[in-house]
Amino acid sequence: MSEEYVLETQDLTKHYGGVHALEGANFKMRKGEHVAIMGDNGAGKSTFVRQITGVEQRTRGKVWLYGEEVNFAGPLDAREAGIETVFQTLALADDLDVPDNLFLGREITKFDWLGPFRMLDYKAMREATIEGLNRTAVKIPNIRNSIRNMSGGQRQCVAIARTATFHSRLTIMDEPTAALGVQETAQVENIVRTLKEAGEPLILISHNMRQVFDLVDRIVVFRRGRMCADLDIKSGDYTGEDVVSYITGAKTGEEFMEHAL
Amino acid sequence: MADTSHGTGGLVFDKSKRSWPNELNIALALIIIIAIFEILGQVLPYMNGQSFLFDTRDRFDSVFNEARLKIIILQVAIIGIIAIGVTQVILTAGIDLSSGPLVAATAMIAMSFAQTELVNGNPNPKAVFGPWAMDLPVIIPVLAGLAFGAMIGAINGTFVAYFRIPPFIATLGMFLGCRGIALWWTSGNPVSFPTESYSFIGSGMMPVVWFLALAAIFHFILRYTVYGKHTYAIGSNEEAARMSGINVKRHKVMVYMIASMLAAFAGIVLSSKASTAQAGMGEFYELFAIAMAVIGGISLTGGRGSIIGTVLGAMVLGVIRSGFTYVKLDGSYQLMAMGSIIIAAVILDQYRQRNRA
Repeated sequence: MSEEYVLETQDLTKHYGGVHALEGANFKMRKGEHVAIMGDNGAGKSTFVRQITGVEQRTRGKVWLYGEEVNFAGPLDAREAGIETVFQTLALADDLDVPDNLFLGREITKFDWLGPFRMLDYKAMREATIEGLNRTAVKIPNIRNSIRNMSGGQRQCVAIARTATFHSRLTIMDEPTAALGVQETAQVENIVRTLKEAGEPLILISHNMRQVFDLVDRIVVFRRGRMCADLDIKSGDYTGEDVVSYITGAKTGEEFMEHAL
Repeated sequence: MADTSHGTGGLVFDKSKRSWPNELNIALALIIIIAIFEILGQVLPYMNGQSFLFDTRDRFDSVFNEARLKIIILQVAIIGIIAIGVTQVILTAGIDLSSGPLVAATAMIAMSFAQTELVNGNPNPKAVFGPWAMDLPVIIPVLAGLAFGAMIGAINGTFVAYFRIPPFIATLGMFLGCRGIALWWTSGNPVSFPTESYSFIGSGMMPVVWFLALAAIFHFILRYTVYGKHTYAIGSNEEAARMSGINVKRHKVMVYMIASMLAAFAGIVLSSKASTAQAGMGEFYELFAIAMAVIGGISLTGGRGSIIGTVLGAMVLGVIRSGFTYVKLDGSYQLMAMGSIIIAAVILDQYRQRNRA
């Protein structure tokens, strides 16, 4: 498959027993593109993400990452291939500080011949952390505070900064601002803009229409496990109301008509 | 780009917290307890103004009562070695109840490879094996003991990590199993008369040297190595640790193995110090080791605490033990006081946790 696409899926399908949670999703995403996935609860958004990130094994279909077919056995494989996911539930260790969390599982070390007792290079990790935070414009007053003492927004920023620090090839955010206040949401949105400027591709799952229109290039709508619309919102042809009618089923994109229920 | 940084999250508050680590609270508690005994010594009429801490009778070249200080730390040194291991297990949100009986079983096994052939010119009356196992170099009983500990720890860790048995149950099983091994090894007979070099391991203040050296080593390991970081991460948020690519199962096995090897080493030191090994040794050691860790601020929910805390926790228990003897109060009061302090430490930890959330 073509290398011009960051991510491409063909007939991606997931059945949980008799439940067809995801059916024949053909998804394409260009380099540097920011795509939002929208849809009602149970429409298949999270199921779609779980198949791409290796959290679950798909029933059928194919996935390509930068033109290369991939079959992830687990989330770690996906991460090693360059897919960073910011999950709805934050995967952070509360008692550790910011650099510790950023580098958890991939620490910079010295004296590697010591095996499990190889030494942590705190200085290098701190410097890389500050650099990563600067790149994403994340402001955290003291990176050596433990995560436990931080606000929801700061924690979310740490989770997102993790993706920026390691130059991921594809970032996926699953409702990153769902639990945040106004200011904190603005902070996260600024990070997303920074990623856009840096040309880093992003899949954003969100229910927030204003946010989606502000941030992304394209909206893909899921309904009842199927993709039902692919809207280039930068063209200005679509309004929030249009998107709502796709989500609720009042409209279906022409190219998806054959599956319309 | 708009500057959206803001001062929420109680960061000023945090800074004051950082400058007042939990270990200082324990050190403070230790000083208060010492002060209480010192005052009691002055106030209680039957004490005749003796001092708890200071050298009032000019027996030593120092302002302190060195004999008492030595005894305080010597009394807790061997259990302290176990506590260094159990601290690491608790940091992963686990628990290890098997260490006391493991001390006994290891003492029996190690001692049977450390016996001398001749005692006062006669054959060793407590010989476990034939002449081939007599007067072996000291490294052999030590390695035998540590290997046994590593094996028990590997079994504990495998049950906890791979079979998902709750740590309390897995190590409770091993608690009974190890006491059984200790009794079975010689059908309940004590093992005695070690070689001179084996006796040296636990002689004089050597247990204290081992305790402090191991505490320093493991403080360093927990603070500055990948092993330590992953131990804290697993106790802090096991799911996050797994998502971050840490091999949580393998790491847990390693933690339980290290804990059991430390307990095994405590068994070696204890048998060397006592010049004998008996199947009943190390009774309640596992509980006192856990108590030291808990008093030292190691959170039972994992992820928080340090070896320095555990060392201070050990000192608290040592001071209480010595202090009760000093004010001539019965051992029963001592146990009651220790019990209260352990519960108080856990209440304090939960209070701290609630305040932080």
